Amino acid sequence: MLLAVLSGFLLAIVTPALHRITGRYIGWTLAILPASLTAYFASLIPDIQANGSLMLEYAWLPGLGIDLNFLVDGLSLVFALLISGIGTFILIYAGSYLAGHNYLARFFVIMLSFMASMLGLVLSDNLITLFVFWELTSITSYLLIGFNHEDVEARKCALQGLFVTAAGGLTLMAGLILLAIMGDSYSLSEILSSDMALHEHAFYTAAVICILAGTFTKSAQVPFHFWLPNAMAAPTPVSAFLHSATMVKAGIYLMARLNPSLGEGELWGSALMLFGAATMVTGAYRAFSSTGIKNVLAYSTIMALGTLTMLIGVGTELALTAFICFLVAHSLYKGGLFMIAGALDHETGTKDITRMGGLRKAMPVTAAITCLAALSLAGLPPLFGFIAKELLFESLLDSPLWSAGLTTAAVAAAILIVGVAGLVAIKPFFGQVVNTPKSPHEAPFGMLVGPAVLSVTALVFGLAPFLPEGALLQSAAGSVKGVPVETYLALWHGVNLPLILSIGSLLLGLALLFRWSRLQPALYAINTYAARFGPEAGYFRFMEGITIVAAWQTRVLQNGVLGLYLLLLVAVTFGLTGYTLLSHHGFNLTLNLGDSHFYEWGIALLLVVAAIFACTTHSRLGSVASMGVLGFGVALTFILFSAPDLGITQLLVETLTVILLVLVLFKLPEFTNLSSPFERYRDLAVAVFAGGVMTLLILAALDIQYFESISSYYIENSAPLAYGRNIVNVILVDFRALDTLGEIFVLSLAALGVLSMIKLRAEDQHKL
Amino acid sequence: MESLMAYVVGILFAAAIYMMLRRSIVKLVIGLILLSNAANLLIFVVSGMTRGAPPLIPEGADAPLGAIADPLPQALILTAIVIAFGVLAFAVVLIRRAYEVVGTDDLDQMKDTDT
Repeated sequence: MLLAVLSGFLLAIVTPALHRITGRYIGWTLAILPASLTAYFASLIPDIQANGSLMLEYAWLPGLGIDLNFLVDGLSLVFALLISGIGTFILIYAGSYLAGHNYLARFFVIMLSFMASMLGLVLSDNLITLFVFWELTSITSYLLIGFNHEDVEARKCALQGLFVTAAGGLTLMAGLILLAIMGDSYSLSEILSSDMALHEHAFYTAAVICILAGTFTKSAQVPFHFWLPNAMAAPTPVSAFLHSATMVKAGIYLMARLNPSLGEGELWGSALMLFGAATMVTGAYRAFSSTGIKNVLAYSTIMALGTLTMLIGVGTELALTAFICFLVAHSLYKGGLFMIAGALDHETGTKDITRMGGLRKAMPVTAAITCLAALSLAGLPPLFGFIAKELLFESLLDSPLWSAGLTTAAVAAAILIVGVAGLVAIKPFFGQVVNTPKSPHEAPFGMLVGPAVLSVTALVFGLAPFLPEGALLQSAAGSVKGVPVETYLALWHGVNLPLILSIGSLLLGLALLFRWSRLQPALYAINTYAARFGPEAGYFRFMEGITIVAAWQTRVLQNGVLGLYLLLLVAVTFGLTGYTLLSHHGFNLTLNLGDSHFYEWGIALLLVVAAIFACTTHSRLGSVASMGVLGFGVALTFILFSAPDLGITQLLVETLTVILLVLVLFKLPEFTNLSSPFERYRDLAVAVFAGGVMTLLILAALDIQYFESISSYYIENSAPLAYGRNIVNVILVDFRALDTLGEIFVLSLAALGVLSMIKLRAEDQHKL
Repeated sequence: MESLMAYVVGILFAAAIYMMLRRSIVKLVIGLILLSNAANLLIFVVSGMTRGAPPLIPEGADAPLGAIADPLPQALILTAIVIAFGVLAFAVVLIRRAYEVVGTDDLDQMKDTDT
């Protein structure tokens, strides 16, 4: 299992080399991996049927409680199969869609990494690993949307997608941590199987809000849906895979996964139903009113994501069965339709459905496959989409809460989606032949095999719903519900209310479709007007706000004035230190004069006078001289108080310093007063404050000894171990020799710097 | 003596910070020297000051006779003195060079990276 998840990453590493070997068959070659993964996951089905779920454990960071544990149950297996199955065809498709592209290898590297991350996401049992994979999918999605990185729009859209999903990711992390605190475990299976009433926990509301913010952004729920249509800037294989079949369903997956634990609270159900229904209607309406074929499909994906969210919110057995059927049906037809949209774009040179027409003669196979997929999208028999839609209506009619409202919304969406399906299937292929930028011909085999297989699968599932039901759907619905679920899927339920609603929505949808051309201008005007107040406008305003705040804080804090930086640093550091000192130790200002000799007094006075003179003098020579006096004063202090080595070093260094200063500084101009009196008094106040804190700190430190000094070790061992009698020297060259080596290194670096600057100047003059 | 030196160190720190906050680049260097001296004295003072007992071991003995001054802070300060000198030498040459290139000793005029 570990290999199954990580194999995508491993293959990604060798893809560039593989591309060189296989050339134009790279897509087919790489597809072997997801195909074998599909087979592997399919081989787990009997196990799941028998045992319900499967746990595979690998220790990763046991100290932090983060393990690479994989939880395989009906739900995660459905997702894993969708990811690897659709991934197989996407890779084949991308091989011909992007044939000859300069960065084809790079594309496959990211695509495979994404696939592996997505598999990791749906199979992880540990919340932290799940989150890591979650973020990996966001990042790979960013790279794929911005794959055409020379296009400004693509880069902008990629960044928007990343900002929205990553912001959601942050709240999700907070939510998952809260969840782990509530459930007292980072393991999903433990949280799910514990019988704690999480919805009575104090953190419940916060956790639900945080988690939903993450899943709603990822799964493009209103009001965060705007990034998804923009993500269509990605190459079509990406839209088909990430932005319809898999990545956007990560949020759905997590909601379904956590439903048994969090679903008992009222907030969960009502939030999901409300936002899901709003997303469903918005998506359906926007899909119907768009003209770009990829936008139509993107908005209809939003509609599907909304529906799925809403169904989790309803939460009855029937609704969850509908959820899992709708999920599978949607992935099958939407992945296929996106691939066809790419084929149309590829062969005709336009994405605008108003500029296509009568293509069925030029592209008969494409037309046939599209019709099949569109039938499933519209929810017509005998496709699997029909079963899903019937179940959807049935479960909403049966919903314990807001049944009438939700049903109305779903019927409205269904009407619009029938129109959308017509747009996608009828508009490009039937009617009058419209001249397209490229003369159309049939798409290559590699681009058709995916949609064909997916659509035929939808047809088979529709005709024989017991196949997927028995294999997985029942146990998947059970995983979402938390207890085993009895499902019954059939194409024909007899004449009942859902069927009547289906027929009604079909007729109304067709009616709308025939007025589409006439409605289009009005819809366009409405959408343009609404865009000014929509969430995307809010996003742009927010981004502008960030830029303004950043510019402001840069002006204030990062203005390049060294003095101001220092002032802030000093004020903050000493302010905080002073506060801590006073609050923990109190104010203690003692001065004990009795223990000092009069000549020591003299030295102290000398130091103070030299320092103050250096600050106040207007003469450079005066300040340099006072530095010398100060240095010698310090050396005297060292010598008087038992530190002869220090005294000697200080004397040497001080002499060198004064010579250096005299040599170099005298080429610089005279002192002038550059600061205003206000600035000087402000600086003086800060400096005196800092000095005062230092004094208090020393006085406090003199009172307190927290630890036994380690010096005794050096004193005792200097002679026996290091054969040295000057303990300070022994410490420097023996016990702490490595530190001294580092010091020598620093000095040589400084010397190198000095040398290069002097040499640089010499060469400059040479050139002049 | 330590309490007296605490005030001296405080004054040195205040003087160092005041000088470092000035706009003239030469004063910044003076501030730097003051700061390193203040820091060295700080370590020296807080570790306790002992008169006339250098950390030396007499000939023939394995350990010092009687109490001696703490050798560890002295080793630290010795390192600090030398490093401070390295930094100072580098800083002095750097500002000399900067003055040549930028043509001013006013730090506020040196805030643009592209001059």
